[in-house]
Amino acid sequence: MSTLAERILGAGAGEYVDRQVDHAFAHDGTGVLAHEAWKQMNADLAAPEKLSLIFDHITPANNSTTAGLQHELRDFAEEKGISFSDIGGGICHQLMSEGRVLPGEIVVGADSHSCTMGAFGAFATGVGATDMAAIWASGGTWFRVPESIEISLSGSLRGAAEAKDLALTYITRLGMDGGTYRALEFTGEGAEGLGMSERLTLCNMAVECGAKAGMFYADQTTRRYLREFGHDVSIQKREKAKYIQEVSIDLDDVAPLLAVPHRVDTTAPVEKYAGTHLDQIFVGTCTNGRYEDLARFAEIVKGEKVRVRTVVAPASRSVLMKAIETGVLGTIVASGCAVCTPGCGPCLGAHQGVLGEGEVGLSTANRNFRNRMGVGAEYFLSSVATAAASALTGEITVPEVGE
Amino acid sequence: MRQSGHAVCIGEDTDTDLIIAGRYLRTKDRTVWAEHVFEDLDPGLASHLEGAIVVAGKNMGCGSSREQAPVAMKEAGAVAVIAPSFARIFFRNAINVGLPVIECEGITCRDGEEITFDLAGGWVEAGGVRHPCRPLSEKMREILEAGGLVPFWRQR
Repeated sequence: MSTLAERILGAGAGEYVDRQVDHAFAHDGTGVLAHEAWKQMNADLAAPEKLSLIFDHITPANNSTTAGLQHELRDFAEEKGISFSDIGGGICHQLMSEGRVLPGEIVVGADSHSCTMGAFGAFATGVGATDMAAIWASGGTWFRVPESIEISLSGSLRGAAEAKDLALTYITRLGMDGGTYRALEFTGEGAEGLGMSERLTLCNMAVECGAKAGMFYADQTTRRYLREFGHDVSIQKREKAKYIQEVSIDLDDVAPLLAVPHRVDTTAPVEKYAGTHLDQIFVGTCTNGRYEDLARFAEIVKGEKVRVRTVVAPASRSVLMKAIETGVLGTIVASGCAVCTPGCGPCLGAHQGVLGEGEVGLSTANRNFRNRMGVGAEYFLSSVATAAASALTGEITVPEVGE
Repeated sequence: MRQSGHAVCIGEDTDTDLIIAGRYLRTKDRTVWAEHVFEDLDPGLASHLEGAIVVAGKNMGCGSSREQAPVAMKEAGAVAVIAPSFARIFFRNAINVGLPVIECEGITCRDGEEITFDLAGGWVEAGGVRHPCRPLSEKMREILEAGGLVPFWRQR
């Protein structure tokens, strides 16, 4: 009789537990500080085979300082035999989702969006750099077992509505801190009907309402997805469990939404802002940079030209490869988009398309905090279909995708 | 651990991008973070943090996992952060870098007013009123008393 989080952590909600982790990863940003803290701890690496360093935040390096920091971390990974992905490999969460994380595992990442891996029925959460250093040193960490919020889904997404619109819907319902210290469990026939790419988008944004984890039960969809990577996994059966809160959403009612500047939980139907002039559109990130996202974008812009500068960043090298093989990338490039190295792109406001003062952008990313993607700029968040429809007009446009 | 400082009041849902912007992260030089702390919220704040107790609204430190956020505040001289609630990664990070974080409801913040807190006693005193606060676990207090997770680890 337990929630998925309780089952994986092996204790009841509210209890503090020490647990060894199955995977621990950091990126070029947090990895630098974790490395510094680890050196000061005078410790060894408890389980180097569980660790990954994945360069994705500023890739390739934007200046000599960044290059120097990355060089140091690259050398460290090589010296210690840590699994390493260099520039162009892709976003840490995407790489971990490509056959590395399995149902029932405990995963920590030094990045807030590490909750993404809950899509596989793993307990996955974000930690800071010093916590990561202690995990390098000990192989584990402490957790407070979270209470869970059930997000009960019925129906199926229709028309132009996407998992991103559903994510913005549940975040609006819960508010920016409505999930703090909690795990979100996505349940119901609506959840079962969602593909892995959609589940990853939903779990990815769990942290935007403060949640510690966002989780799906591993089912046949999970099994099929992981079989492609050579894993044969069992499904996770639900038990009766105690939830602290229940949120019900009928997917048939989900419509294209925008998160308006500067909060993720302040949303509006796309039509409310239709006609707003845009200076840039960004498609990508750990939220919406997967192959399915690029394919959807290409389907809408195919044979036409974008009328606003548009930056597209595939989430990983394998996403990019697939987009090349299927012609999706050619369609995107032919429509006039600029394509970036697989990675985080301009999401964190460091490079590859930061906005100027007074500019207005639309992004498929997960955060529109003030000044994040450009000082004095405004960012709307949307689905891929809304981004594509808006790219063709240069202004915020309601997407129209047939049933 | 009992400490005092002058209040610096900030609002609700203060995200880590507002505490320290992404454009300042790529360095190991902590003075850079101290210099630019809260720059996108209020460029004048950094110079008031020496000896300050930052009193924030709910959901303090939401957003990214960047540990530079509590480090920047600590480097700029902040003594502690008090809020009705914190984003969980920020909360853990602050303890790990040795910056006390105190969950406390009902404080009326007045800039510059003296605030005293006692972690073991579990209270905050502001404007002559003593407020109970949510106690930290024993391990969290041990980490804070050691000055953070690195010194705590070295002591083990």
